Amino acid sequence: MSLSLREVEHVAELSRLKLTEAEKRRYREQLSEILDYVARLQSIDTSQTRPTFEVATTHSRLRPDIARPGLSVDELLKNAPEIEQNQFRIPPVLD
Amino acid sequence: MDDLTNLTVCETVEAVKRGEFSCRELVEAYLDRIDRLETQLNAFISLMPELALAQADKIDRTLWSRRKSGDPLALPLAGLPIAVKDVLCVENMRCTCGSRMLENYVPPFNATCVQRLLEAGVVILGKTNTDEFAMGSSTENSAFGVTHNPWNLERVPGGSSGGSAAAVAAHMVTAALGTDTGGSIRQPASFCGITGIKPTYGRISRYGLVAYGSSLDTPGVLGHTAADVCALFGLMAGYDPLDSTSSQRAVPKIHLDDQAELPHLRIGVPKEYFGAGIQPEVERGVHQAIETFESLGAEIITVSLPHTEYALPVYYLIAPAEASANLARYDGIRYGSRVADNDIGEIFRRTRGEKLGAEVKRRIMLGTYALSAGYYEAYYGQAQRVRTLIKRDFDQAFEQADMIAAPVSPTTAFPIGVHTDDPLAMYLEDIFTLPANLAGVPALAFPVGFDADRLPIGMQLIGPHFTEEMLFSATHAYQQVTDWHMINLSE
Repeated sequence: MSLSLREVEHVAELSRLKLTEAEKRRYREQLSEILDYVARLQSIDTSQTRPTFEVATTHSRLRPDIARPGLSVDELLKNAPEIEQNQFRIPPVLD
Repeated sequence: MDDLTNLTVCETVEAVKRGEFSCRELVEAYLDRIDRLETQLNAFISLMPELALAQADKIDRTLWSRRKSGDPLALPLAGLPIAVKDVLCVENMRCTCGSRMLENYVPPFNATCVQRLLEAGVVILGKTNTDEFAMGSSTENSAFGVTHNPWNLERVPGGSSGGSAAAVAAHMVTAALGTDTGGSIRQPASFCGITGIKPTYGRISRYGLVAYGSSLDTPGVLGHTAADVCALFGLMAGYDPLDSTSSQRAVPKIHLDDQAELPHLRIGVPKEYFGAGIQPEVERGVHQAIETFESLGAEIITVSLPHTEYALPVYYLIAPAEASANLARYDGIRYGSRVADNDIGEIFRRTRGEKLGAEVKRRIMLGTYALSAGYYEAYYGQAQRVRTLIKRDFDQAFEQADMIAAPVSPTTAFPIGVHTDDPLAMYLEDIFTLPANLAGVPALAFPVGFDADRLPIGMQLIGPHFTEEMLFSATHAYQQVTDWHMINLSE
């Protein structure tokens, strides 16, 4: 199967990735090839098979919802690219 | 080779305990060796010599006061110099994940498995190179340059835990932590001639492991011998309330018997893992090792894992799908790099477009496509159902055999650059390691010989869920009667 350039652009937008024209062409080719390869799964009859979402663990267990000490504001903001008054700083979202 | 850097984990810990040398002397010996070899190998992204020496001094003081007071030693791995793959968080050490996206990210906490080892007394010398966000089979996808295979500098060390594997193989550390999502511990262990465990999914907490494919990711250990790897594994394993998928099953205290006998052990050899596409020397090496197991008393039987050929397409839908969701967090807002722009949408697009590497973007795109409206059922849904069939293959094989023996990789270490422009060819390197991740079962890789170019050959033993003890025991028995794991690199 062959992806169109528009499909590549659509997936890039869903992924919030800004790609160069050269990248779009390369990904179009490579992703088409990979999708061709994985298409062999379509031939397997799985009408009676349930999907596997989890292995080995019987079920995920939630811990009790009890407040515990966490990281300080300073520690949490230490890695932020831009902060102001103890908050993450971003450009205006609404006009 | 320096005497100190030639000891196993068990020998090192015993010698430190007896006071034959101090932790500082030990750490200095390893740092010296790193100094000599690192420019050729590029095994590390970050080295922390000052921190390591300070930690060594602290452990020396603890040991001294305990010896004086006659207290029993509470630190089972006192002073042991190790390295940590740069996708596992170590407090106050930069954690890049091999990516420009996180080149300045300094985590304020320890991964649970790291925390447990630090409490046991290890000294972390640095963070090792990896394919970006652990996506790759060669460590070529790192923003910090490729790591070279210590056995042949023109070859890849495997990946994604290639930095950890090279560091252990070159005796720059005693052992190292890695992670295995589709073979990322076993394949580099195999390419570098060392031993590495991919534990049962949920056996070791994923807390503090930067997520790639959450239903597949497993932290683990690379070392020279099964006994070395087992010593660290036993301390890292066990339930962690900070990871809801970590298992509550008790961790057995593993005792490895030095008597090399394996009566009553049934080893299954899957016919799908041999034949076309495999380097003949690899096939021969693995068969010879299987004969050794037979000579130790094991019964060898043929088994079938009929859906093996579908593991690759299943993996390369499920792992990218999970990755596309996990890596959505890199938005340039809360941590990590940001490309400045006046528009918030452009911050997202430009930061991700410019700071993520080619393979990571490829997998995000592939995963997003597989999950997108109209394609979900045909791709992701079908992959999850075939995953059930792959898991069932193992369940049925384990009714006949206690464990499965197979090659780790179809070839020995390939030349740097050979697969760079062909992602599918690179993915095919993983065909023998992916099934264990999809089924969540444990697998232990170890060296079983060399090819004509003197590159190591590896094989893996795969067991049912939570049977690491059996895998360590069998491999330990093999390593009692062979010396592939003890053959060192000549400098």
